[in-house]
Parts: sequence; structure tokens; C-alpha cells
Amino acid sequence: MAQHQTILTATDTFPQRKRMPRTRFPKQANEASAAPTVQEEAPVQLQDPAPEVTRPAAPLSPDAEVLARAQAGDHHAFAHLYSLHKRRIYSLCLRMVGNVAEAEDLTQEAFLQLHRKIATFRGDSAFSTWLHRLSINVVLMHLRKKGLPLMSLDEAMEPSYDDGPGRSFGAPDLSLTGSIDRLALERAVAALPAGYRLIFVLHDVEGFEHNEIAAMLDCSVGNSKSQLHKARLKLRDALRQSLRKGGKR
Amino acid sequence: MTIDSKSMSCEEFQSHLPELVGSGADVENHPHIKECAICRQLYEDLQTIAHAAKQLFPDEQPEDNLWERIESAIKKGDS
Repeated sequence: MAQHQTILTATDTFPQRKRMPRTRFPKQANEASAAPTVQEEAPVQLQDPAPEVTRPAAPLSPDAEVLARAQAGDHHAFAHLYSLHKRRIYSLCLRMVGNVAEAEDLTQEAFLQLHRKIATFRGDSAFSTWLHRLSINVVLMHLRKKGLPLMSLDEAMEPSYDDGPGRSFGAPDLSLTGSIDRLALERAVAALPAGYRLIFVLHDVEGFEHNEIAAMLDCSVGNSKSQLHKARLKLRDALRQSLRKGGKR
Repeated sequence: MTIDSKSMSCEEFQSHLPELVGSGADVENHPHIKECAICRQLYEDLQTIAHAAKQLFPDEQPEDNLWERIESAIKKGDS
């Protein structure tokens, strides 16, 4: 079989998303577990000076030192952590909910939770991984509070979306190989029902394994696989329709 | 994952797709996919989507004022 080639244009941008009313999210408890590998960005400006912080005796990497200071209550260090991780966490939220305003609210809630819980981080895993999990939990809690079943039970969630994957996959005359551009696929992902989008983003974009997703969503591994497959089928249908209309962008 | 090389119906083959797509399994030489153009294209399309997904959604910046909102919430004791 020929190697698949995907056309992805570097200049494409994320499609325009519908803005929704901003909402506040209640506090929530969740657990995630711990050594930061991060990208540098300009630290945010603080309104107040930082409190004095006791430095650890052992030498730490710059990132670990920032983390240790933030855990000790150093507001400047916490602001630095925000600068280091804001892009990744905001982007994660945006992928999961597909809405700019909600993604900002969820990013805010994730960092507020981080502020509450940072002292509990024990370093059992990378800090970035811990924060990632914490943020995913924030999004999942939000979606549950909105009443969205995280595992879309077939078409029950959004029955009007379409007629499901079905058993007929059409004639082999319209191949996606070599004909997908990033924008078209991002649009198709954004148009997926929330449950399908969640599974697709967690597995195919974020790289989580089915057993991890099953644990996060409290479902079976088989259910996670099945939902992912249905999500991919829906994307295929959407992309083929787009190709048929000649509107690949 | 490996799949049985015996001849399969389309339905049987497609029932394995959730396991196969994106798994790196050697599906190309399966007898069914060699015989069935529809299943071959379905598999190729789903593989294309799974691969393309890894390049989706470059990181984006939140609004500049988001830190101010967070800082304000922390000071109000919301955290």
C-alpha cells in the first residue's frame, strides 16, 4: 500500500470558532500526579511584589527552582509557571471544547486549581504531565456539569447530527489520501459532536492510550476504541462531502 | 495487532478497523484488503485522518488579560 501523504499547509490557521457567553466555573476537586519540561515565554507582569522565599539547599534546574518557589507560595514564581505553560494548557482546552471563550474560562480554572493544589505535587511524574492531567480533569468536569455525556452513546447525544457511521462506506472513488488539508480537518473536528471530538482529540491529537482515556472517562477500553472509530468515520464522511463539493478549504 | 489472514467479509474486516487504524499493524497484505477496493480505501482514509490529526491544532496564545483574571481571582480567594 502506498505511503499516505497528507497535505498540511503551514500557513493554515485554526478555524473561526463561535464565541459563547462567558461562564464561571465552580471549584472542583480532582487528582493528578508531578518536573517541568517547558517552553520559555515572557513572564507576565505582577501587580504586587513577591514574598520572600526560602531557597532549597540543593541546586535545582531553573524550571525546578521556579516550581519549588511556586510551591512555597512565591507569587512571582507562580506567574512564571503560568507564562511557561499557558499556551499548552489553553490550546488543550481549546481543542477539547472548540470554543475560545470557554477555553479561556477553563484555562483560568485550571490555573486556579493549580494554585490550590501545587503544594501537593510530589514529583511522581513530570510537572507538565501533572498539569496536563489536572487541566483535562477541569475540562471533563465542565463538560459533565453542562450535561454532556462524555462517552457519546451512539447518536443519542446529538441525534440530529447525521445518520452515523452506517455500513455503507461508498464507492472507492474519492480517496482522502493526499487530499486533506489541515484547515479542512480542523473544521471537521470542530463540527464533531462533543463526545466524539473529546475522544478524537485525546487519542489522535493528544496521544493518550485507550486505557488512559477509559480511566479518565470512566468507560471501557472497548468503548473508547469504538467511539474513536466512529469519530474517524464521521470525519471521513465530512471530508468526503467537502471534497465532493470541491470545497477542500 | 495481527489479524487472521483467512478470507473475511467486509463486515468482519471492518469490525477490526478500530484496532488496526493507527496501530502500525501490517494490514496492507491482508487478503481482504487486496481483494476489496472499498475496504482498502476506507482503511487508507482512516489512516490518513489518524496521521493528519497529529499535525492538527498548533498551540495558540490565550488573551493577554487572562493572567490578570487569574491573579484577580487568586486575590479574591477563589483559588
